[in-house]
Amino acid sequence: MSDDAREAFVASFEVAAPDGPAWLQALRKEAISAFAAEGFPTPRSEAWRYTNLAPIARTAWTTAPATAVALDRAAIERLSFPVFACSVFVFVNGRFEPALSTPRALAGGLEVGSLAAASIERPALVEPYLGRLARSEGAPVAALNTALFADGAFVHLPANTVVDAPIHIVHLALPGGGPTASHPRTLVVAEHGSRATVIEDFVSLGEARMLTNSVTEVFLGDAASIEHVSLQREGADAAHLAALRVRQSRDSRYTGHGISLGGTLTRNEIVAVLDGIGAECELNGFYVASGKEHVDNHTTIDHASPHGTSRETYKGVLDGEARGVFSGRVIVRPDAQKTSAQQTNKNLLLSRDAEVDSRPQLEILADDVKCSHGSTIGQLDEDALFYLRSRGIESVAAQALLMRAFATEITGRISIAPLRERIDELLLARLARARAEAA
Amino acid sequence: MSLLEIEDLHARAGGSEILKGLSLGVRPGEVHAVMGPNGSGKSTLANVLAGRPSVEVTSGKVLFGGRNLVEMAPEERAREGIFLAFQYPVEIPGVTNLYFLKAALNAIRKHRGEAELDAMDFLKLAREKMKLVEMDEKMMGRAVNEGFSGGEKKRNEVLQMAILEPRLAVLDETDSGLDIDALKIVSKGVNSLRSPERSMIVITHYQRLLDYIVPDFVHVLAGGRIVRSGGKELASELEEQGYAWIEKGAAPR
Ligand SMILES: Nc1ncnc2c1ncn2[C@@H]1O[C@H](COP(=O)(O)OP(=O)(O)OP(=O)(O)O)[C@@H](O)[C@H]1O
Ligand SMILES: [Mg+2]
Repeated sequence: MSDDAREAFVASFEVAAPDGPAWLQALRKEAISAFAAEGFPTPRSEAWRYTNLAPIARTAWTTAPATAVALDRAAIERLSFPVFACSVFVFVNGRFEPALSTPRALAGGLEVGSLAAASIERPALVEPYLGRLARSEGAPVAALNTALFADGAFVHLPANTVVDAPIHIVHLALPGGGPTASHPRTLVVAEHGSRATVIEDFVSLGEARMLTNSVTEVFLGDAASIEHVSLQREGADAAHLAALRVRQSRDSRYTGHGISLGGTLTRNEIVAVLDGIGAECELNGFYVASGKEHVDNHTTIDHASPHGTSRETYKGVLDGEARGVFSGRVIVRPDAQKTSAQQTNKNLLLSRDAEVDSRPQLEILADDVKCSHGSTIGQLDEDALFYLRSRGIESVAAQALLMRAFATEITGRISIAPLRERIDELLLARLARARAEAA
Repeated sequence: MSLLEIEDLHARAGGSEILKGLSLGVRPGEVHAVMGPNGSGKSTLANVLAGRPSVEVTSGKVLFGGRNLVEMAPEERAREGIFLAFQYPVEIPGVTNLYFLKAALNAIRKHRGEAELDAMDFLKLAREKMKLVEMDEKMMGRAVNEGFSGGEKKRNEVLQMAILEPRLAVLDETDSGLDIDALKIVSKGVNSLRSPERSMIVITHYQRLLDYIVPDFVHVLAGGRIVRSGGKELASELEEQGYAWIEKGAAPR
């Protein structure tokens, strides 16, 4: 495979590695060596069997520009969810832009800001966490982020901090000349008993070839609770590689909602480790792809302690010649007794040429557990469609209604109502666009 | 003049011809009962009228208010005033009855040039019509037909008819699966909708229903055609004698 991307990235590291304290420099060196040695994965490796990165690997990407040139607050406001007063933190091509951010009242002790600054000013809060979950070895794409991220988002919830208004992180990709890559990085440290909702919102301005290679690490202390929305709504010509790593301590609760609205290639890789007794993990996902888009959700839920609960539900709609992949692994380690795990993947194929590979997998090494999994692939219910039309509802509206009904099982789980409604709207618009393209 | 005019209708479904030269005329305000053995084509006729895509009209004429029905999309027919109460109403998880009915009514009102109803006004109307079929208001918040009992589904069909106020209602075995009390309630609901402008085609296997909804005409559909027509007394003859006479080629005595 042609490997222009590997050469370009390694060269850019050699010329201008992002700086940082010594421990971070060491982390980056290790990361770039891992990436240089392995390069982009190919379909020969099992984890990438259905997703071919060749078009990314053969492109000589340049680093996305550092500054937000002609960007104003109005443009940002349009992207945000104006329906509720949450704090908005904007990161342009990975770098924190305080001038574009509107932090409203931050509850007692909550810190949100630049990861680069925090790693210098608060190393004791960053060093023990950064790169501990997203390891470089065997994960060249995440390693590339570790080597090259210039800045990122740092969210710190001190013990027992409860934040009601969501923390809205906007990862904005801005094009430069030619194909550009950015490496957004997010670190969330939720100490024991803390609770918050974090929205990671991946958006872009302008239509250009872009690669977003993001890594997010979330640490939950004992009894901490995080609701995490990852919304991927970049341009049609964007490729999006996202790695999310979660570690949960005793009695913590993590709820993730991954919403992917398209792009040439999307790969969401999630590893959640339930590393304390009684942890609960809920992963919800919804994806829409049309045209020639490709979307791959690759998840691992690792039950490493007893009395854990996990529920994973991924649903998707594929239209045109789109291709979907769901690969969900649930591991129950030998001493994770009394685990309860449930996993489902449901797909709607709207066209003859759309395709999906669905591979739910259970690896159960304990004996006293309750686990189930299943997957379905279907079409819009013709009888339901006729029923709606026979009552006067126009055909495209009836289709959109059925697709939204299919999505509500997922969106309905987002606990903040205005956020749920806004995402519902975005989805409906996206689904209608897919149908209009097909017509 | 007829509201509905069917002439020598031939229709195919699933690769075979089901309706084989069916003719029927329905004038405004009339109630026509259609009876006939299982598999004779009654639901297929209902589906032709509602426009189910899997049923293909191969020849013949179907005019509704003088317009060629065959060329119209199902939603267009509904907006023009055709309503089918399904033999097997479909469950639609994730769409509430309230949302569905409001969307349907507003689509039809818009077509008629009437103002769309807002949520409050619609709820008021729906409440009033639910009383007619003695339906619990809670059913409005539930997904369309999901987990409804057989009887509840049939009531929901009649409720929809009451809200949408069609010009031609086709009731496909709306009485099947109803207990005697529900049958009375549903019939009362249907009867309250009878008017000189509204016509009905009532498909049933039982004379029982026709004791409550008294038809102007009774037709026997067999082998894809109407083989006999008469007044309401024909229903009681059928009840006594069954359909064995059709095979023998003789009319019942
Ligand atoms: N889509 C289809 N595919 C295959 N066969 C069909 C289809 N639709 C109808 N048929 C057949 O056409 C015939 C008539 O069916 P129809 O449902 O109209 O009968 P019916 O008179 O309503 O019967 P019932 O009294 O049992 O409701 C049956 O033999 C049925 O199997
Ligand atoms: Mg039938």
